[in-house]
Amino acid sequence: MRARSFWPLLMVLVLIAGACAPATPAAPGATATPAAAQPKEIVLGLSLSTLNNPFFVTLKEGAEKAAAQYGVRLIVVDAQDDPAKEAANIEDLIQKKVSALLINPTDTKAVVPSIQKANQAGIPVFTVDRAAEGGEIVSHIASDNVAGGRMAAEFLCKALNGKGKVVELEGIPGTSAARDRGKGFNDYLKEQCPGLEVIARQPADFNRAKGLQVFENILQAQPQIDGVFAHNDEMVLGAIQAAEAAGRTGIIFVGFDAIDDAVKAVKEGKLAATVAQQPAEMGRLAVEMAVKYLRGEKVEKFIPVPLSLVTKETVK
Amino acid sequence: MRGMRDFLGRWSGVLVLLALWMALTLMTPRFLTPSNLLNVALQSSILAVVALGMTLTIISGGIDLSVGSVVALTGALTAGLMIRNGWPVGGAILAGLGAGLALGLLNGALVVYGRLVPFIATLSTMAIARGLTLVYTRGYPISGLPEAFTFLGTGEVFGIPMPVLLMGAVALGISLLLNRTPWGLHLYAVGGGEDLAWLSGVRVNRVKGLVYGMSGLLAGLGGILLTARLWSAQPNVGVGLELEAIAASVLGGASLSGGYGSVGGTLVGALVMGTVGNGLNLLEIPSYHQQIIKGLVFILAVGLDRLLKTGPWPARSIPVRRRGTS
Repeated sequence: MRARSFWPLLMVLVLIAGACAPATPAAPGATATPAAAQPKEIVLGLSLSTLNNPFFVTLKEGAEKAAAQYGVRLIVVDAQDDPAKEAANIEDLIQKKVSALLINPTDTKAVVPSIQKANQAGIPVFTVDRAAEGGEIVSHIASDNVAGGRMAAEFLCKALNGKGKVVELEGIPGTSAARDRGKGFNDYLKEQCPGLEVIARQPADFNRAKGLQVFENILQAQPQIDGVFAHNDEMVLGAIQAAEAAGRTGIIFVGFDAIDDAVKAVKEGKLAATVAQQPAEMGRLAVEMAVKYLRGEKVEKFIPVPLSLVTKETVK
Repeated sequence: MRGMRDFLGRWSGVLVLLALWMALTLMTPRFLTPSNLLNVALQSSILAVVALGMTLTIISGGIDLSVGSVVALTGALTAGLMIRNGWPVGGAILAGLGAGLALGLLNGALVVYGRLVPFIATLSTMAIARGLTLVYTRGYPISGLPEAFTFLGTGEVFGIPMPVLLMGAVALGISLLLNRTPWGLHLYAVGGGEDLAWLSGVRVNRVKGLVYGMSGLLAGLGGILLTARLWSAQPNVGVGLELEAIAASVLGGASLSGGYGSVGGTLVGALVMGTVGNGLNLLEIPSYHQQIIKGLVFILAVGLDRLLKTGPWPARSIPVRRRGTS
């Protein structure tokens, strides 16, 4: 085919395709009629850090389901983990004059100028999963790490019949996840399960290699260990390796996050339990809170999203 | 007929952009508003600055794949000097621009003296600059930037965002360089054919080396603007930016085999890129589909551009190379 006849042919094909295409964009146009009848159609803009990670895809699906239930329109944009794309996406949603913005930031700092732009445009902003370091936020919707820590403590307490020596492997000191998970765990033990004694408490920075190394040392120092709670799965998997290498058995391990490796370890019986976040519930609550707020109800500054426990009985 | 052909050939990029704008205006009332057009300009501006440097390398017959990484590195360095070392805003900006220029000149040296193919030379510096960025930032963003600096990214003068104004200034400068200086003529000559240019007395090596220096410098400016726009230097920004810059240049009529390319064309190309991103969001196209449509729109835009240039009517057998207009 001569190059000259190729392009006109392609143009014609694309024009035909284009003529069929408006079927999709026409959908919002079609809803314009009821929107005119009800003066306040609620349109929510959901900006996600990435849709390349199953966690956020599930979050999006939860939000979409909730939007359908409430009869509101949801526009989802994907920053592909690029803060510059995120800024452009949020600017576009502001141009679109959405009723509220639900933002899952790519970065706690880089999102601040975008939030301030939304504030200036009078659009209420909610943050989801990751918080922002500035701007006016109506509410932050994220996993309840304190409750997760309590959940882990409760499980360990029951598994050990309320008595025993446990080790706590902490996350990076100063991070909110480490602080909250540790607080929930220790508060529960203090209040509900004084029989469990925390004999060692050391940071292993959320890292598997560090978890292995730190737990090796603890194994050397402690002749009796009945249970371990780690602030995330990576550390607990490292600790399990260390225990296996040292030939120590009978220790009950509890992790946090329910990453794939940890779920596998639960199935194999190496890991007793791991606390799972519920991204679909997070997406649902984000939409629910935004709708409530827009309908004039009061919304709390922090909306904790409940967690669930993955054990051999509940694992899928 | 000939007048028509010349007109279409000359303005094909603009016509493509106008066609795109018309289509979007028909599809959504939100598109053609002053505030959204400014928004599109803002979203295209940093890409345009980087793409203008890319256009220079493309005119010379080369390419610069390192620009995305240079954007990240210069942004991090500028922010780091201010936050970690307490440098004044002006000094840090100069250092950031200097780092971009130095990396660009390194590319130039690799191409000219190292005799590496530009693709390979700049692919290597792309990896090196990204690695340096991660080492320097340790993977964490650098924030807490002074307002005098963030003004460059989020400030406005007479209602026009600073990055757009700076884009205009850069475009003017490069346009003068290309069309009003001997260097510009030499650059097109080198891109048209190095041997012929050399025989005509053009210092080919110097022209080529400087082209990469300019590209690095403009990537440095892009990095500074992006850092100011995000109020923080992010180690992972600019991934894939080189491809967008190449796309903007080519949409603007630059030829990857060298010799063609213009400032106006590249600006239009960057605006097409910005418009597509903005339009797809305004039309609420789901993000997975957006990428497919983007690919199709670029094929269509470049194709339409070529069609308008050569026409369905008989093409000239030997295309006339015209400086600065294609």
